[in-house]
Amino acid sequence: MIKVLSKESWRGALYSLVVVIVLWYVVAGILKIPIIPSPIAVFFNIVQIFKTKIEIHVLYSFGRILEGIAISILVGVPLGFLMGYFNKVDKLLSPLVYFTYPVPKIALLPVIMLLFGLGEASKLIMIVLIIVFQIIITSRDAVKAIPEETFRSLESLGASKRQIFTEIIVPASLSEVLTATRLALGTAVSILFFTETFGTEYGMGYFIMDSWMRVNYLDMYSGIVMLSFMGFCIFTAIDIAENYICSWR
Amino acid sequence: MIEIKDLTVKYVGKNKETLVLDKLNIKMNAGDLYTFIGPSGCGKSTFLYVLSGILKDYTGNVTIDGRAINPKAQRIGLILQNYGLLPWKNVYHNTMLGLKIKKDRQGLNEYNRYILKQLGIDNLLDRYPKQLSGGQQQRVAIARAFILKPDLLLMDEPFSALDAITREEMQDLFLKIWKQNSVTTVFITHSVDEALYLGRKIVVFSSSPGRILEVVDNPCFQLDNLRSRDEYYDMSMKLRRILNKRSSIEQAIEKL
Repeated sequence: MIKVLSKESWRGALYSLVVVIVLWYVVAGILKIPIIPSPIAVFFNIVQIFKTKIEIHVLYSFGRILEGIAISILVGVPLGFLMGYFNKVDKLLSPLVYFTYPVPKIALLPVIMLLFGLGEASKLIMIVLIIVFQIIITSRDAVKAIPEETFRSLESLGASKRQIFTEIIVPASLSEVLTATRLALGTAVSILFFTETFGTEYGMGYFIMDSWMRVNYLDMYSGIVMLSFMGFCIFTAIDIAENYICSWR
Repeated sequence: MIEIKDLTVKYVGKNKETLVLDKLNIKMNAGDLYTFIGPSGCGKSTFLYVLSGILKDYTGNVTIDGRAINPKAQRIGLILQNYGLLPWKNVYHNTMLGLKIKKDRQGLNEYNRYILKQLGIDNLLDRYPKQLSGGQQQRVAIARAFILKPDLLLMDEPFSALDAITREEMQDLFLKIWKQNSVTTVFITHSVDEALYLGRKIVVFSSSPGRILEVVDNPCFQLDNLRSRDEYYDMSMKLRRILNKRSSIEQAIEKL
């Protein structure tokens, strides 16, 4: 039987959601200022304007994040595997990775913008830079953690390099890679928001800042709620995938 | 027939070179069960790694039926001390793993079903290694080796982690299944009792560096009620004498 997100965690999420909404409602009721509208009004607004105003921005943001995740995995996982399996590659690339890892990638934004402009490319590169390092290090460590005997059993059976790859390396590191993606997601969504505040007319970041500048706080809050919901959905999707793929844990 | 000539393995450490196996010479007949006994650290596992094609860095000659060791061409079943199961595959897929790697057809044919039933794991096929006890994991590893139908079976102290009762059950079970196939087997143990109980021929190893002290024919092989017989006691004493003889000579030499 596959357990998709235990009942406890669903109840926990629901519980915290209710608490946040209730607190919001109470604060809005007490302060009664336009800057903090009531959550009920915000939800109604979302329902009203979603099709016309928000949908396209959600699609753009969603697409950018998914693209960023896909590229990070396509680049980071093979690199991590090579570093984990071949000691020589590891000695060559590890210092490079460890040196660049602590650099706050957001500080590289001006450089990226100068090199790649204000368009889609620089946004994607920023997102990838955040996620890819997590993935490289995690997949490398996952391969290194596989005990020698596991490899030996298959070697004595005469397994080819490809069989070792599909039977041992991929299944062993899969769940670690998914966890790393989930962890990097939070920062990635923040970077996404930030990069969408300039050089584009589409994206949740643009929508939120634009509503803010037009002093349409209801729309602004709608955007914030939608962005949070989007992040939550991706997070949950990865969780479900991990539960399904790694049911052996 | 397995022929080993002057097999020497050296381990190159940071500062020095350690001799692990020192000029091993032995001929093993096909279809015989050889138990290898020796003190811990005498290189028995290294010997298995050479025979299974994992360790290639050695001098000397090792051939199976005249050909060099080649795990891709030959069918070698290796059972390690920690079982070597893949944690992400369930019992069924773990037992079929040997066939899968060899690109043979997998499935529950009559022979495979018999092996699984004999080892008592036919009702555990959906479980993952994490959900099994040590004894059950060991049986899965053994099932995998037998289902493979190997030309050579290599076992590295496979029952040492089991409690005494399970251990004796496993020895009987192993012998029972082995008799059906009579595959050439190298069985490593550090128990004199186990060496006598299972081996048709017993090979006594010295302590490090590993050398073959003696190859003894075992008259106790497949006698029933073995442990209550005189022959068992006699052979036991004989083996212990051989094991102790070398170590006391070595101690004497060291004192000089």
